[in-house]
Amino acid sequence: MEAVAAIDPFIFRFTIFVLAIFVGYYVVWSVTPALHTPLMAVTNAISSVIIVGALIAAGPEGASLSKILGFVAVMLASVNIFGGFAVTQRMLQMFKKRQAK
Amino acid sequence: MSANLSALLYLVASVCFILALKGLSSPTSSRRGNLIGIGGMALAIAVTLLDPGVLSYEWILAGIVLGGGIGVVTALRIQMTAMPQFVAAFHSLVGMAAVLVAAAALYAPEAYGIGTVGAIKTASRIEMSLGIVIGAITFSGSVVAFTKLQGLVSGAPVVFPGQHLLNLVIGLAIIGFGAWFVAEEGREAFWLMTALALLVGVLIIIPIGGADMPVVISMLNSYSGWAAAGIGFTLENQLLIITGALVGASGAILSYIMCKGMNRSFISVILGGFGAEASAGPADAGERTVKQGSAEDAAFIMSNARKVIIVPGYGMAVAQAQHAMREMAGLLKKEGIEVKYAIHPVAGRMPGHMNVLLAEANVPYDEVFEFEEINSEFAGADVAFVIGANDVVNPIAKSDSSSPIYGMPILDAENAKTVLIVKRSLASGYAGIDNPLFYKAGTMMLFGDAKKMVEDIVKAL
Repeated sequence: MEAVAAIDPFIFRFTIFVLAIFVGYYVVWSVTPALHTPLMAVTNAISSVIIVGALIAAGPEGASLSKILGFVAVMLASVNIFGGFAVTQRMLQMFKKRQAK
Repeated sequence: MSANLSALLYLVASVCFILALKGLSSPTSSRRGNLIGIGGMALAIAVTLLDPGVLSYEWILAGIVLGGGIGVVTALRIQMTAMPQFVAAFHSLVGMAAVLVAAAALYAPEAYGIGTVGAIKTASRIEMSLGIVIGAITFSGSVVAFTKLQGLVSGAPVVFPGQHLLNLVIGLAIIGFGAWFVAEEGREAFWLMTALALLVGVLIIIPIGGADMPVVISMLNSYSGWAAAGIGFTLENQLLIITGALVGASGAILSYIMCKGMNRSFISVILGGFGAEASAGPADAGERTVKQGSAEDAAFIMSNARKVIIVPGYGMAVAQAQHAMREMAGLLKKEGIEVKYAIHPVAGRMPGHMNVLLAEANVPYDEVFEFEEINSEFAGADVAFVIGANDVVNPIAKSDSSSPIYGMPILDAENAKTVLIVKRSLASGYAGIDNPLFYKAGTMMLFGDAKKMVEDIVKAL
């Protein structure tokens, strides 16, 4: 195979990052202003996907500082994930249409 | 599970999150969207648990059960009026989690494949610094925002001489420690950088006054996203990068909408101090008369109207008057009177807050209208019923260029034939500005507790 100058994987990740910002930009503008509070609650929940990093830290056998840090992070992120989705669902249940007579 | 397969499943999870946000474009699709979001999260967690590096599950399970339990109980108990504090508190958790994960990566970089202790890749060190700094600022900033919103400390802005200079110096010091950390991977540098970032988080939120809190919450929402993205870069995890970018963009848009709703530039919000200045009332504030009415008067006027537009503000929610108000609207509708609700973008304490409060009171969402949709309709309305709102209907925002709220888009309640204003007293609103609408000929003030007043109107109807 011919030698090709390899692209730094960072560039790939940065590309993903920038494109995701654009996706977020257009998707969020389509959110109705009436649902901006649920939007904040749900973005709160999904940003806690940071739990994937915490799980890796809390995963190894034995006990270590990083495992303790990971455990606390798992707990905090779980508060957010469960609480965020639950409160969003609770709010969304409240939005009802006018009853047809 | 192979790295490729988990990367693909992470992609699926990312798409789920995008669909969850997309679902919020209408209340009908939103509940399904939220479920898709939950599915995405479950998938992301499941995939990670199958990672070869995850060998022991006890601690993880304990963390999830403990945290999840706390989260669900809080979410089910929280009052809708307290939603801003709730969200601020949750933002702080994302910030703290970001700090902890970055620290875990520093102490055990092998687990993430970003090098070994003392020999973490340079790029990862830079990303780690960014992630932990943004995470720390999000954490301490949200804690301060929470204490302000919860009323644990005064909502008044805290300003002191040399504040911006101090922030600048600390900011430069953070960059300095960051560079030191990137160069040597020293843990002292890492923690000093973190400590200063925590301090900055406090310093950038304390000067921001209560009236600007909707912007602050949105801004911290955005930060929590960028923190997640920063950690995503550190851990080379594309799911975190995508999600962080989505949340970051979302918070930024909400901040923009809130700033626009108050006609404030983002920079001036950040610099703070708004709401601190004593209200410079008009010089001729001397002899102005107010027409005062009773609940019976209000009931009489409204029952003779054809169209009533209700303008609810946060004061209504504080007085817990929303249920009585919905009952009143129901009685009016029964008599064939058209009733609509007009929502100003900053009617509540956070974006969309008033809509949730009305929805909680069983107000159908198709009777609730946003600023642009309804503002032209006031001219054709017989009654504008302003309850617990003040600054958002203050015509001074259009006429007095010296007013702090000059240029803020306001609901033209003044154009309605009669304006009924339910208010405790003539005291000025949240922004501390006098409101000439109170003294207009077609205005009738209904002084008293919002809930009691509306209940009296209901009785009189």
